[in-house]
Amino acid sequence: MEYEAVIGLEVHAQLKTRSKAFCGCMAEFGAPANSLTCPVCLGFPGSLPVLNEKALEYGLRAALALHCSVQSFSKFDRKNYFYPDLPKNYQISQYDLPLALGGFLEIEVSGAKKRIGIIRAHLEEDAGKLIHEEGHSLVDYNRAGVPLLEIVSAPEIYSPEQAYEYLASLKAILKYLEVCDCDMEKGSLRCDANVSLRKPGAKELGIKAELKNMNSFKAVRDALNYELKRQKEVLESGGSIRQETRLWDEVSGKTQAMRSKEEAMDYRYFPEPDLPPFVLSDEEIETIREGLPELPQALKQRFISQYELNSYDAGILTSEKALAEFFEACVGLYPRAKAICNWISGPLSYEFNSRNTRIESLKLKPEMLVRLIKLVEQGVLSNLAAKALLSEMLNSGRPADELIKEKDLTQVSDTKALDELLDKVIADNPGSVMDYNSGKANALMFLVGQAMRLSKGKANPKLVQEALRRRLNNA
Amino acid sequence: MAISKNDALRVAHLARIDLTEDELRLFARQLESIIEFIDKLKELDVSSVSPAAHTPVLKNVLRPDTIKDSLSKEAVLGNAPKSLKGHFLVPKVIE
Amino acid sequence: MKLWEFTGHELLEKLAHQEITQEEILGALDKRREEVEPKVKAFLRFEKTPGPENLSGPGGFQGLPIAVKDNICIKNRPVTCASRILEGFHPPYDATVIQKLKAAGFSIYGQTNMDEFAFGSSCENSSYFPTRNPWNLECVPGGSSGGSAAAVACGEAIWALGSDTGGSIRQPASFCGVVGLKPTYGRVSRYGLIAFASSLDQIGPFARDIEDCSLLLKVIAGYDPKDSTSANLSVPDFLLSLGKDIKGIKIGVPKEYFSLSADRALEGIAQEVKQALEEAIEQLKKLGAKVQEVSLPHTEYAVSVYYILATAEASSNLARFDGVQYGLRTEAVDNLTEMYKRTRQAGFGSEAKRRIMLGTYCLSHGYYEAYYLRALKVRALIANDFADVFKDFDCLITPTSPTPAFKLGEKIQNPLAMYLSDIYTISINLAGLPAISIPCGFSSGGLPIGMQIIAGSFDEEMLFRVAHCYEDSTSWHKMRPKI
Repeated sequence: MEYEAVIGLEVHAQLKTRSKAFCGCMAEFGAPANSLTCPVCLGFPGSLPVLNEKALEYGLRAALALHCSVQSFSKFDRKNYFYPDLPKNYQISQYDLPLALGGFLEIEVSGAKKRIGIIRAHLEEDAGKLIHEEGHSLVDYNRAGVPLLEIVSAPEIYSPEQAYEYLASLKAILKYLEVCDCDMEKGSLRCDANVSLRKPGAKELGIKAELKNMNSFKAVRDALNYELKRQKEVLESGGSIRQETRLWDEVSGKTQAMRSKEEAMDYRYFPEPDLPPFVLSDEEIETIREGLPELPQALKQRFISQYELNSYDAGILTSEKALAEFFEACVGLYPRAKAICNWISGPLSYEFNSRNTRIESLKLKPEMLVRLIKLVEQGVLSNLAAKALLSEMLNSGRPADELIKEKDLTQVSDTKALDELLDKVIADNPGSVMDYNSGKANALMFLVGQAMRLSKGKANPKLVQEALRRRLNNA
Repeated sequence: MAISKNDALRVAHLARIDLTEDELRLFARQLESIIEFIDKLKELDVSSVSPAAHTPVLKNVLRPDTIKDSLSKEAVLGNAPKSLKGHFLVPKVIE
Repeated sequence: MKLWEFTGHELLEKLAHQEITQEEILGALDKRREEVEPKVKAFLRFEKTPGPENLSGPGGFQGLPIAVKDNICIKNRPVTCASRILEGFHPPYDATVIQKLKAAGFSIYGQTNMDEFAFGSSCENSSYFPTRNPWNLECVPGGSSGGSAAAVACGEAIWALGSDTGGSIRQPASFCGVVGLKPTYGRVSRYGLIAFASSLDQIGPFARDIEDCSLLLKVIAGYDPKDSTSANLSVPDFLLSLGKDIKGIKIGVPKEYFSLSADRALEGIAQEVKQALEEAIEQLKKLGAKVQEVSLPHTEYAVSVYYILATAEASSNLARFDGVQYGLRTEAVDNLTEMYKRTRQAGFGSEAKRRIMLGTYCLSHGYYEAYYLRALKVRALIANDFADVFKDFDCLITPTSPTPAFKLGEKIQNPLAMYLSDIYTISINLAGLPAISIPCGFSSGGLPIGMQIIAGSFDEEMLFRVAHCYEDSTSWHKMRPKI
């Protein structure tokens, strides 16, 4: 029997504010336990929350970028449950009147575009961190109160691959907006998945399992693949799926049901009396919308049409906002888009990948790359030498001309030096010279290569080739 | 609405209070009479009324995204019944 | 006249004229306290009177001492809300009102008794001991700010702060024969006030006359960026409202407050209270006010709305008292849920548990719409009643409480009867309005009777104007208990 997978994703994106959602403590990862806490985020009696304006702004930006309709009236609610990572034993969240409703995200799977619906996006505060030790647990509230945007997709994702693409697309957007770091390993992006199977064509959803504890996009895909297989086996052997929370175990590659007393949660939501509601006019919403940057998909389309790049190149250039901005800055200085694209997607990408860094942290300015490209095109530098020079430029942050002067990398173009070089090549390779003379044209290229190697790449390959041909033909 | 001892027990569990048998019986009875009293609200037709969760004049209260000093370690943990290695210590969490 | 009998503004004037010294005032208060505190028991804790070097605060209040209800955080001093569950807790911060008091040159010397977490109308729900009414030690001082009211009434304190969620300043003020004011919601910062019901709580002053009350409100009021519900409005100079006449002022008398039938409210208005109010109304007419009957049709629903909303909020606000970060913790348990349950069982008193149970029940699955949501809607109707009336009237006059102070133990077994003693004060919190209770007479048994004046939103000036004019023409505020 064939089944159709139905997946919905709940993503918690940590908003990249400097301070926490409701107090002035620094929102930072990795500080000593409980060192970033105050009466408000500890929920000490008498303390009161005040919303960080950036948390609201970032939430609105993300919601608008996800085509959601931002609500003109929204409020916070308290979600009540006892757990030691929750300092007040309630979480400030949004329940029936969230920030935004009804959007979508476009993904591309094997060349086909697909829209995944977004049910809602709301703001809430993060909880603290629990460390379970033998016989007791330890609580660190540094993370408590960090602003989160919860983004809930519709159950319209039909394969683990689509789920992966949904997350990749979402990450690209949130990063473009500069509202979230999207680092799943650090927990700044978290994803839970609701997954069920149904018979093809069925309207009703099957009974779902909720998957948690996936720490990378790949883990989400793997966990979904495993869980779908597991559910299929259960159904095919005549069993039924239990509605439960299952934890992904990276090591064993399996999902496992959480041990839990089957206690239905009763969160007793009610409006948070300490926080007045938010009323946004159409004009305010439009102002935020107008301030949104060009998002990756639109940018890619523009690069294709404006710079006549192919989809693949445009995709690489728009994979990160900083890269796209760097590209456009270069093109602004020197309108040779294809050449610049080749340099960015080739040697430059190679450099920052091998350095495990990002373009914005490299010491390269657009004018420096443009100058390098010009030097190659003018024949001053060979391609090979230019690549080596790029690496030097990244190390030192110094411009090409300075380094060329210092390292004497200018192409050998004067004929006297060239003659000496060719004398040696001809003398050292009599066999190839004979081959050439006997009509094997390929031998010429071998000899050019030898000359290049001998000059350590500094010879101008075009001149070498011309001079060699001249000499051999005249000999 | 009748409130049984079991109803009281369910509520006491939600509120995490280990009430005695006597308290459960007493509160069940008292809650029942209070609920009976407040049920008078059902006389009113409120279908066209918007709820007043907040004072109407207040809205959009925000603070700038600036960092303020956090508390010292002593101030954070000084009141803690138990702490260990800079953390609050709690008994084992059993799911 | 002894020094402790003077009001704050009288003492400040004497200090300004160098007729007395700060040490003499403090000495007089210490002596008075030693005399009466064993009988009244207004204070949970007492800080040794600060030495003279601390007395010259910059704000003009010359180090005059002030008592503070024990649900307002003072940095590094214990605060308990009269509950066992907060035992040992020392907040590492000052409430905003405490910062303001310190800046104004007050010295904060004692923390007063209250009903646990402000749950009550008699001060009998303190987990430590009940406070007694200085006018009759058999009677309760009212609640929940009973300690503050009693301390001011018997001269242990010149003035005090309380908090008012459903009448917790006004009702004890009326029982103890002092002035007590609940400001407009948002007028005074709640930062550092340990919350009972966040949408209703306000901190406010107790004093022996209107002038002191207005001086103190001026100090504690004002916008606080740490409280999202604090109003960003400037604070008027309330002293300017004193001494004005009330000719032509339109005063409404809500008929529902005088006609609540016994079967609906379990308790009608006491004849003596009604009579005292009628006399006060006559006096206001003589002073030139135009008095007219008005209607607040949803009054009879206020108690129900209040006990749903206030307990629901309280059940959530008190969830944080769980033994993890501060306060009481029951050890010798092997898992967390047991620790929570036993700690809270041991730490909360009976009324706190009852209210947490009621609030939890009203919010729990399947009941939210029937109770909480419905109560929010009726709250809107109640607020609208007031808004309608204040289109045509400057203020309203009502009794503060249906009866004078009752006896200790009289209502403690019947929670609903206790809840109903707040019947005249509760609506004002639901509507977020300012109201003041001032003395307006005595019962045949020698117990004070209070009159409540209610004004429109942020119109505390009207309260002071009417109250001061009345006070000026009467002498109730000069009566002192013989103790």
